Amino acid sequence: MAAISVALTGNPNTGKSTIFNELTGARQKIGNWPGVTVDKKVGLIEYNGRKISVVDLPGTYSINARSQEEQVVSDYFSENKPDIVVDIVDASNIARNLFLTVQLLEHGIPLIINLNMMDEAERHGIKIDDSKLEKIFGMPVTNTVGRSNKSVKVLLDVFTNTRMSNYHPSQQLEEHINRIHQIQNSGLSKEKIDEEIITARYDFIDKVMAEAVTLSAASPSLSEKLDAIFTNGISALVIMLVAFYLLFQIAFEWVGQPLADMLGEFFEDTVAPAAMEAMAAAGVADWMQSLVGDGIIVGVGAVLSFVPLIFTLFFVLSFLDGTGYMARVAFVMDPIMRRVGLTGKGIMPLIMGYGCGVPAIMGARALDTNKDRMISILITPFLTCSAKVPIIALFAVMFFPDNAANIVFAMYIIGLATAILMAKVLGHTVFKGQESTFLLELPPYRMPDMKTVLLETWDKGKGYIIKAGTIIFAMTVLIWFLSNFNSDGMTEETDQSYLASIGGAAATLFAPQGFNTWEAGAAVVTGLAAKESVVSTIGVLYGADEDSVDTDDADGTADVLMKTGMATAFTPLAALAFMVFTQLYSPCVTALGTIKKETQSWKWMGFAFLYTCAVAWVASMLVYQIGSLLGFQ
Amino acid sequence: MTLKDTNPGMIVRIDEVGESALKQRLMTMGLIPGTRVEILHSAPLGDPIALRLRSYNLALRRDDAATIQVTQIK
Repeated sequence: MAAISVALTGNPNTGKSTIFNELTGARQKIGNWPGVTVDKKVGLIEYNGRKISVVDLPGTYSINARSQEEQVVSDYFSENKPDIVVDIVDASNIARNLFLTVQLLEHGIPLIINLNMMDEAERHGIKIDDSKLEKIFGMPVTNTVGRSNKSVKVLLDVFTNTRMSNYHPSQQLEEHINRIHQIQNSGLSKEKIDEEIITARYDFIDKVMAEAVTLSAASPSLSEKLDAIFTNGISALVIMLVAFYLLFQIAFEWVGQPLADMLGEFFEDTVAPAAMEAMAAAGVADWMQSLVGDGIIVGVGAVLSFVPLIFTLFFVLSFLDGTGYMARVAFVMDPIMRRVGLTGKGIMPLIMGYGCGVPAIMGARALDTNKDRMISILITPFLTCSAKVPIIALFAVMFFPDNAANIVFAMYIIGLATAILMAKVLGHTVFKGQESTFLLELPPYRMPDMKTVLLETWDKGKGYIIKAGTIIFAMTVLIWFLSNFNSDGMTEETDQSYLASIGGAAATLFAPQGFNTWEAGAAVVTGLAAKESVVSTIGVLYGADEDSVDTDDADGTADVLMKTGMATAFTPLAALAFMVFTQLYSPCVTALGTIKKETQSWKWMGFAFLYTCAVAWVASMLVYQIGSLLGFQ
Repeated sequence: MTLKDTNPGMIVRIDEVGESALKQRLMTMGLIPGTRVEILHSAPLGDPIALRLRSYNLALRRDDAATIQVTQIK
């Protein structure tokens, strides 16, 4: 027997994903719907000897194709006829949820109306008469309470026992559909027709509500009490700052970064030497040893060292999202973000950008419009991610010993100001005319389903490793090649390598910035692999012992480097220009790979690279030239 | 008056949703003439505002609220 095909549809915040995860568990596959960055989740299960394939359609309020998600659902139903469509309805919010139900039924899609969160509805004083609802629509109605195995079994029984061909729209529903057809043929303008249809749908829903649902006054819910604190007045701002602080600490101090460091060290101290020894013992050619040791292992290490960070961040974010708090953050922050041409939802990705651009770019996926997503992705590289801090710290300590803290602070401000400026510029040029709107449901606070949180985290982490990882890996090996080869073949001396030639060529570009040495040029190039490399490259190229250059110890490293040619290679003004350039120029290959993955476009990745370099070049030139005019050195 | 001119605690009925790019999305979310809306509160910085209608909570910007004509019923 062929597998039964089941599609889950419904509004956002209805517990639909939780039901899907309960049904399919880890046996789900996550891909992309063609042409859009919307997750496509499918799972194959077996129940009572029958195979059932379940697809989880994105949560939408309607199928009017006004967003990527709506387009996906609308396309899905025009191209597929699944055996069973289950419309997951949040029973505590049935009036608005039925809008999608009615719209689907108008399109002749027979469906099972599954009332989820029945327990919550009862607490809110909402009573729903299932049999009346069945009669009104002529469609089967089922009940679930969100996450219990019993609910899943109910649904599986329904999937295997229901034949949708036995169900036909009731007369009441037929009358409604006739009315919709009348409106469609009324000869009014397209907008007017759409508006009349929306009104007619809610008219019908009001009748359904009157017949099948009783609302009794309930005392203020926990959500309302929490919102009085979480979204109101000073307490809202204080709680949000604490939440941001905790998120940052967990990801970059307490859990994510320490794990990442451990993994990095393990690679560097254990895996790499072991591999080198094994290869040396086996008599592998020198270039091969170098490729594996300095290229491949470093590349794999670069990909893996971000993994704990990404898992930790997305675990916390997914958890917060599940509670409903993220919607409140967007609500509180909207007026600030709006000044930049973005919306409240955009704050989270940008805040993450101060830790690492990679999860920040991935996080932009949650934004509503293409404009918001793209601008958010394109301005993230200007923020001061944790890998840029060693560069700033070292140069500030070396060249501005009396003002180091102020200079570091100024760099943060320059990054932020550039991000804001470019958001405005992009919003008025490249993405002109595309709307950025804010209309946001504030769902009730709920305890997140841990299975859903873990699966979402796993999905993000896996996507990063596979999709971004391959690009990052390739680019790391490329940079290894450049720094170990020249036209004569392999070279031990970095200053004889392609990297030095490229650095020299790059350096000529930096004459207006005052740092046109090949060492600085080479550092800028290796900084593409990872921003931390700027410090180690420049240190090594100026002849410092490799072990004395420690990205975590700016003071110590500065002491060592002050004794090298670096101290005189940069004037303080040129150093400042260099700091501004490295603060703003191209994101590292990891971030570039992530941009490629998220925008599904080499073109946008190329644009991100070129325009950030251009902005950095201009900004650092302005610093040097204006500084020179004002008489600084 | 418009939805923008309301204060927290008021209950209003929607008379008309004015023309705007957002009009159909507002209507899809249940803001159509005749709908009863309770004004919950503003965000700490004064904008957006939170509403309760059709047993759920919705936030929208004051500028968008200004396109919606309402009558106070409580």
